[in-house]
Amino acid sequence: MSWRARLGRCIYRGWEWGAFGGAVTERKTWAQSRFSRERSARGGGKSVGRQRWWARRWASEASEVPSAAALAAPATTSAVQEAAARREVHFPGALLAPYTCRLAFEEATAVPIIPAYRLLDEQGTLLLSAAEAAALQHFPAAETVRRMYSTMVSLNVMDAILYAAQRQGRISFYMTTFCEEAAVVGSAAALHHDDEVFAQYREQGVLLWRGYTFQDFCDQCCGARDEPARGHQMPIHYGRRDMHFHTVSSTLATQIPHAVGAAYALKMDAAPRIAACYFGEGAASEGDFHAAMNFAATLECPVLFLCRNNGYAISTPASEQFRGDGIARRAAGYGMDALRCDGNDALAVYVAVRTARERVLRTQRPVLLEMLTYRGGHHSTSDDSSRYRSTEEIEFFMQHADPVARLRTYLAVDMQAERQAREHDRERVLEALGRAEAKPREPPLDMFTDVYAQLPPHLIRQRESLRAHLERMAARPSPSGTAEP
Amino acid sequence: MTTLHRAWSLCRRAPNLATGMPLTLLRHPRPPDLPSRRPLHAEAAPMSPSSSDTERMNLFMAVQSAMAVALETDPKVLVFGEDVAFGGVFRCTMGLRERFGPHRVFNTPLSEQGIAGFAAGLAAMSYRPVAEIQFADYMYPAFDQVVNEIAKYRYRSGGQFHCGGLVLRAPYGAVGHGGHYHSQSPEAYFVHTAGLKVVIPRDPVTAKGLLLQSIREDDPVIFLEPKVLYRAAVAQVPRGDFTVPLGEAQVLRPGRDITLVGYGAQVQVLLEAAQRAHQEDGIDCEVIDLMTLLPWDERTVVESVRRTGRCIVSHEAPVTGGFGAEVAARIQQECFLSLECPVRRVCGYDMPFPLVHEKMYVPSAHKVIDEVRLAMNY
Ligand SMILES: Cc1ncc(C[n+]2csc(CCOP(=O)(O)OP(=O)(O)O)c2C)c(N)n1
Ligand SMILES: [Mg+2]
Repeated sequence: MSWRARLGRCIYRGWEWGAFGGAVTERKTWAQSRFSRERSARGGGKSVGRQRWWARRWASEASEVPSAAALAAPATTSAVQEAAARREVHFPGALLAPYTCRLAFEEATAVPIIPAYRLLDEQGTLLLSAAEAAALQHFPAAETVRRMYSTMVSLNVMDAILYAAQRQGRISFYMTTFCEEAAVVGSAAALHHDDEVFAQYREQGVLLWRGYTFQDFCDQCCGARDEPARGHQMPIHYGRRDMHFHTVSSTLATQIPHAVGAAYALKMDAAPRIAACYFGEGAASEGDFHAAMNFAATLECPVLFLCRNNGYAISTPASEQFRGDGIARRAAGYGMDALRCDGNDALAVYVAVRTARERVLRTQRPVLLEMLTYRGGHHSTSDDSSRYRSTEEIEFFMQHADPVARLRTYLAVDMQAERQAREHDRERVLEALGRAEAKPREPPLDMFTDVYAQLPPHLIRQRESLRAHLERMAARPSPSGTAEP
Repeated sequence: MTTLHRAWSLCRRAPNLATGMPLTLLRHPRPPDLPSRRPLHAEAAPMSPSSSDTERMNLFMAVQSAMAVALETDPKVLVFGEDVAFGGVFRCTMGLRERFGPHRVFNTPLSEQGIAGFAAGLAAMSYRPVAEIQFADYMYPAFDQVVNEIAKYRYRSGGQFHCGGLVLRAPYGAVGHGGHYHSQSPEAYFVHTAGLKVVIPRDPVTAKGLLLQSIREDDPVIFLEPKVLYRAAVAQVPRGDFTVPLGEAQVLRPGRDITLVGYGAQVQVLLEAAQRAHQEDGIDCEVIDLMTLLPWDERTVVESVRRTGRCIVSHEAPVTGGFGAEVAARIQQECFLSLECPVRRVCGYDMPFPLVHEKMYVPSAHKVIDEVRLAMNY
C-alpha cells in the first residue's frame, strides 16, 4: 500500500495510524538512505543516476513504503508502535504530539539559548589544542587562513576608501563591512566557488573572495559603461553571473525565497552545489523570510541561510526587532536544523559554514546558520549612527571584537607587514577608482536596453521621442537650447 | 476651523510661500486681467497676515508638525514604522517620541506588510494610525494589506468596520541618486484601488495641511511625500492646527494658452517650464497642482482646459497606465469641443529608474517646454 493510501486510511480509521505514522516519519529517512545508497553504489552521485532516482521517487506515488528494516530512527518507530498499541488517535497536523493531562505552557524563556560556536577567543588564542584542530574535519588549511586574512584586510581597505570617496562626492552611495569581515569572508571561503550566492548588500567580501577585482567594484560604484548593469543601479548593487552572485536588490529579504527557488533548481538538476543566502537580522522580520524558511523546509531545498546578526537594522536595535533567541532559534519552528557561530571568529565561521554546506548537500535539506557580529560602521553613507548609539559602544566592539585583529594575532602577522599590505591595496583601489571615474558612461539612448529581452514597440517609440527631443533642443539657440534633456 | 481657514488663506497670499526651490509662483503674481480663481475655502474670511501665525519650516519639519498637532489633538493618533523612534531616516518624526511617549510613537520590526496590517487593525478599532513606510518603493511588500484589506475593509463589512483614520506615509520620487529602488512613484497602483484616497503635497505648507487633514479623514489615505523637497523646500508654514481639504486642486499660475497639470515635486518643474515658456516664447501657461489624486478635482482642470484649449499632464511615474492617462481621458470626454490639440503627457518612460540616466529619464522642464511648443504649433 502506498503511503498516500495509508494516509487516507489513517484519517478515517485512526487506529491504523501506526503504520502510517511510521511511514511518514521515516519516509524522508528512507528516501535519504535509499538515495545515498544508490549514490555510493554509483561512486559519488553521477547526475544521471540522481535524476533518474528523483524521477522515480516522484513518479512512484504508488511505490511501496519500505519495510521497517529499511527505516532508521528506531526510537520514533517504537513510540509510534506504543501509541498504536494504546489505540490513540493522532492528528495530521502534529502526528508525533504525545498526550498529557498536565496543562503547561511551552515557555519561551525555558528554551535553552543556542550557544555560539567559536575557535578563537577575543585575544586571537586558539581554543583547541593543535591536535584537536588537526583532527577537526573542516579546519581550514594554513594557506586558506592566510588568504582569508588578506582578503579581510583588502575588504577593509577598499571599504574605507570607497566610503571616503562617497563623502567626497566621487560616488553616490556606499555601505561598509566594518567589523563583519570575518562573517562575510569566512563564509565565502567555506562555500564552493560555484555555489549560487544571494546577497543582501553588505557582502562584497564574497565577490572579493571569488575574484571580483578592485576595478570591478569601482566600475560598478562609478556607474561605468562596461560594468554589467552599465550604471543602472546604485553603488554596491553588484551582480556577476559567472561568479554565481545574483544581482543585489535594495528591497530587503526578497532574495531569500529566490535562494530557495534556486536551490530547488539545483536539486532538480542534481547539481552538486547549493544555494547560499545572506541576510541581516532586520531583514529576517520580513514576510519573505518566513515564506522562504517554510518553503525550504517543506520542499526540502539544498539552501544554506546565512544570517548576519549585527545588532542593528539602521537605527533599530535587535532588542526591538525580535523577542526570541536571535534568528537561529526560529529554524526549529520550521523543522530545520540550525547552527550559530561567533561571526567575528573567521575560523569558526569557516568551519561552521563548511560543515553546514556539507550537510545541506548531503541531506538536500536547508540549514539556518546565524553569525553573531556587530555593524562597525554607519548603516550606509546616508546614515549617522551617532544619533542612536554611543561612540563608546562602537569603540568597545572595534577594540574587543575586531575580526581582522583576531586573525592577525592568530596568524602572528606583525603590524608592520599589515601596514604594508594595506598601503599596497590602498594604491590599487585608488588607481582603480581613478580609472573607473574616467571611463565613459553609457549613451543615454541605450538606457532602454534590458527592460525586456527585446525592445517592444512602445519603448522604441519612447526612445525615438527622447531622440527627437534631444535633437530639437540641440537645434535651438540658447538659453534652453543646451544639450540637457 | 477659523484657525484653519485663516491660516490657509494666509498662506495663499503668495509672499509667505518662499521656498528654497525656484518657486516661480513668487515671481508670477496673478495678472490683473484674469478672472480670479475659485478659492479653496470660499467661506474663509481672509485675515491679515502676521508673522506669529507662521513658522519657517522645510518639508520634513512640516510633516513632523502635522503629526505633532495630530498627536496633541487626538489621543487615538499613533505614529510608527521602521526607525521612527529616533526620528526617522528623513527626520520626519524627530522629537515626537520624546514628546508623546514610546507607546504612541514607536519602532516596528522591519516588515511593511506587518506595518500596514497592524495599522489596519488599529484603524478598525477607531485609532488613527499614521504609519511610515521608509520609501514608497517598499510599499510593495505591503501591497496586499493595502489593496485587499485597508481599501476594502469598509465595503466588505457594509460600513460596519473601516480603516478611516489610517494614513500610510511614504517618501517618493527621484532624488538624483536613488536608482531602481529609491526613486519610484507608485501612485498609479493605489489610484487604481477603490476605497483609498491618494494625496501628494508639493511643498511644506501643503504637506502640513494635507497630512493633518488626511489623518482626520474617514477613509484610509496613501500620503506620498516628495523626498527631493524634504530639505530643499522651505516656507512659512502656519503654526498649530491647519488643514487643507482633500479633493481640491489649486491653480498656482493662471494662464491663457495652455494648462499644465501635475502634482508633488513635478509641480516645481511645471512652474519652471511655465516661467521659461513665458520668457522665451511668450506662451502663457496655466499651472494646476492636483494635490489629491483620488478623488481628484476634475472640475478645476476641466474648467481650465475649456478656457485654454490645450493641456499637458506630467508626472515622474511611467507613462503607461499612469495617472496622466486618467486625466487625459477625462479631458477628452469633457473638453472635446474646446481642444485645439491632443492632450499630451510628459512622464517617465516605461522602465525601471536608471541611475546614471536619471536626468534623461525624468520629465524635465526642458521636456515640458518642448511639448508646450509642440502643442502650441499643433
Ligand atoms: C523592504 C524594505 N524595507 C525597508 C528598507 C530600508 N532599509 C534598508 S537597509 C535596512 C535595515 C536592514 O537591516 P539588516 O537586515 O539587519 O541588515 P544590516 O544593514 O544590519 O546589514 C532598512 C530598513 C529596504 N531596503 N527594503
Ligand atoms: Mg543588521
